[in-house]
Amino acid sequence: MGVEICVEGLTKSFGHQVIWQDVSLTLPAGEVSVMLGPSGTGKSVFLKTLVGLLKPDRGSVTVAGRDITKLREHDLYEVRKLFGVLFQDGALFGSMNLYDNIAFPLREHTRRSESEIRRIVLEKMDMVGLLGAEAKLPGEISGGMRKRAGLARALVLDPEIILFDEPDSGLDPVRVAYLNQLIVDLNAQIDATFLIVTHDIASARQVPDNIGLLFRRELVMFGPREQLLTSDEPVVRQFLNGRMQGPIGMAEEKDAAQVEQELAQIREPTGTPGSRPLTPRLLPGPGITRPPRWEAIAAREAELQRKEVADA
Amino acid sequence: MSLSPTGALRHSGNLFAMALDVVRTLPRRPFQAREFIQQAWFVASVTILPTALVSIPFGAVIALQIGSLTRQLGAQSFSGAASVLAVLREASPIVTALLIAGAGGTAICADLGARKIRDEIDAMQVLGIDPIHRLVVPRVLASMVVAVLLNGLVSVVGVAGGYFFNVILQNGTPGAYLASFTTLAQLDDLWAAELKALVFGAIAAIVASYKGLTAQGGPKGVGDAVNQSVVITFMLLFVTNFVMTAVYFQVVPQRG
Repeated sequence: MGVEICVEGLTKSFGHQVIWQDVSLTLPAGEVSVMLGPSGTGKSVFLKTLVGLLKPDRGSVTVAGRDITKLREHDLYEVRKLFGVLFQDGALFGSMNLYDNIAFPLREHTRRSESEIRRIVLEKMDMVGLLGAEAKLPGEISGGMRKRAGLARALVLDPEIILFDEPDSGLDPVRVAYLNQLIVDLNAQIDATFLIVTHDIASARQVPDNIGLLFRRELVMFGPREQLLTSDEPVVRQFLNGRMQGPIGMAEEKDAAQVEQELAQIREPTGTPGSRPLTPRLLPGPGITRPPRWEAIAAREAELQRKEVADA
Repeated sequence: MSLSPTGALRHSGNLFAMALDVVRTLPRRPFQAREFIQQAWFVASVTILPTALVSIPFGAVIALQIGSLTRQLGAQSFSGAASVLAVLREASPIVTALLIAGAGGTAICADLGARKIRDEIDAMQVLGIDPIHRLVVPRVLASMVVAVLLNGLVSVVGVAGGYFFNVILQNGTPGAYLASFTTLAQLDDLWAAELKALVFGAIAAIVASYKGLTAQGGPKGVGDAVNQSVVITFMLLFVTNFVMTAVYFQVVPQRG
């Protein structure tokens, strides 16, 4: 069962530059959450703060009842064993082949026999579709394969929390779709808490239970997927629709007058905002046995679909 | 590196903090034997040949200088004694320091820096592995061991080079050169030189690791880190060398 992460009043700055301030949210145990935000709003910094790689200026991050920001180095290494992190480029060890990379955490932290390690590593490699590439070096494979190998390495210690740093950056749309399916399948299988940091709207619409949006040095909104997808908040709507008109500008932000003017120009689609059709959620694949949580989600999705068909 | 005084202070503080971390992590089990052997082999392989090639002309220069100096002073019989002393006490630790910092340290710094900017170090920390224990300690130990061995190599090659130039090229007498070997030099000189090499090896590896692990800003950052690590190491090594030499003369009674 996954672990809840509780973030309160988190503030981080580099020198005089405030990255974000007063971020408070709770990542519910076992659910998939997505953190959205325009480039350069400190999404990766947020992720690194969650695992204690960066120390925040203020605030707390509570994981399994322990405040990460106040732990001693030694205890921090213990708590980190709960985490699996997929870094942007996979962050594989360049001097080892894929098999050794994925076996690395097992060899360091467990006393398992080499045959047992082999079984686990091959199982995880099969999960991410990398069987047969064991002997390849990270420099010899494509970016997508590096990401999947990084994911396999993050999974190998059976983490309670998995953090994804832009899993979809630099991948083609087809691979992104496969990766999203993989994430959903994984969630149904291992029941861990997921946090995906991204700026890919399509993934954000399909995959998560919860969405958060970082903009202008603060957390604009964090809540269930439906709430954000149907929100009237200008920043949220601009970002989720990928429009130019709105508060987000090319260079970070725009002045208020211009935003007003642009927002007035937009013709909203007819009908009240609440009736805007939601993108259907991605469900675990047919071969995956669904836990009760996913059964409920699937039932709700089917319900919505029926209603939409009836409306049309 | 920032030029503000607080920036410099902060960097020195962090460097010493890391040195302390290394000392504290040193006894932690399991010892990374495999990494240690790989690194020792690696540092040795990048330093042995240049060290030998540098120490031959270094020994020769000392022999030439001392040869002409002793002739001017009318003390040719002491030329062997003086050149052994110079090679053993100063030349070999300094040559070792230059090569360990210049060849070994830069390689360590570039390696760790490249890992740092590829997020490998972060990934390692997230996997619950302390990079100080896993990467830095084996490198520091390897560099110390190799520095001690190199110091021995430099001493031998330097003395042999001195002999060759003094006896063959400056027509010195082989017997007098060899007989005066131990008139000034003593065994303590060798131990002191080995101790210096040990400390130099540690300093070079710690500075290189610190600079590598704090590299930032992409490939250029790694280049800058390597550059700074060489400069900082050289400054520290020469200061340490002076202090250790001064202490040595106070502690160990001299011959003659």
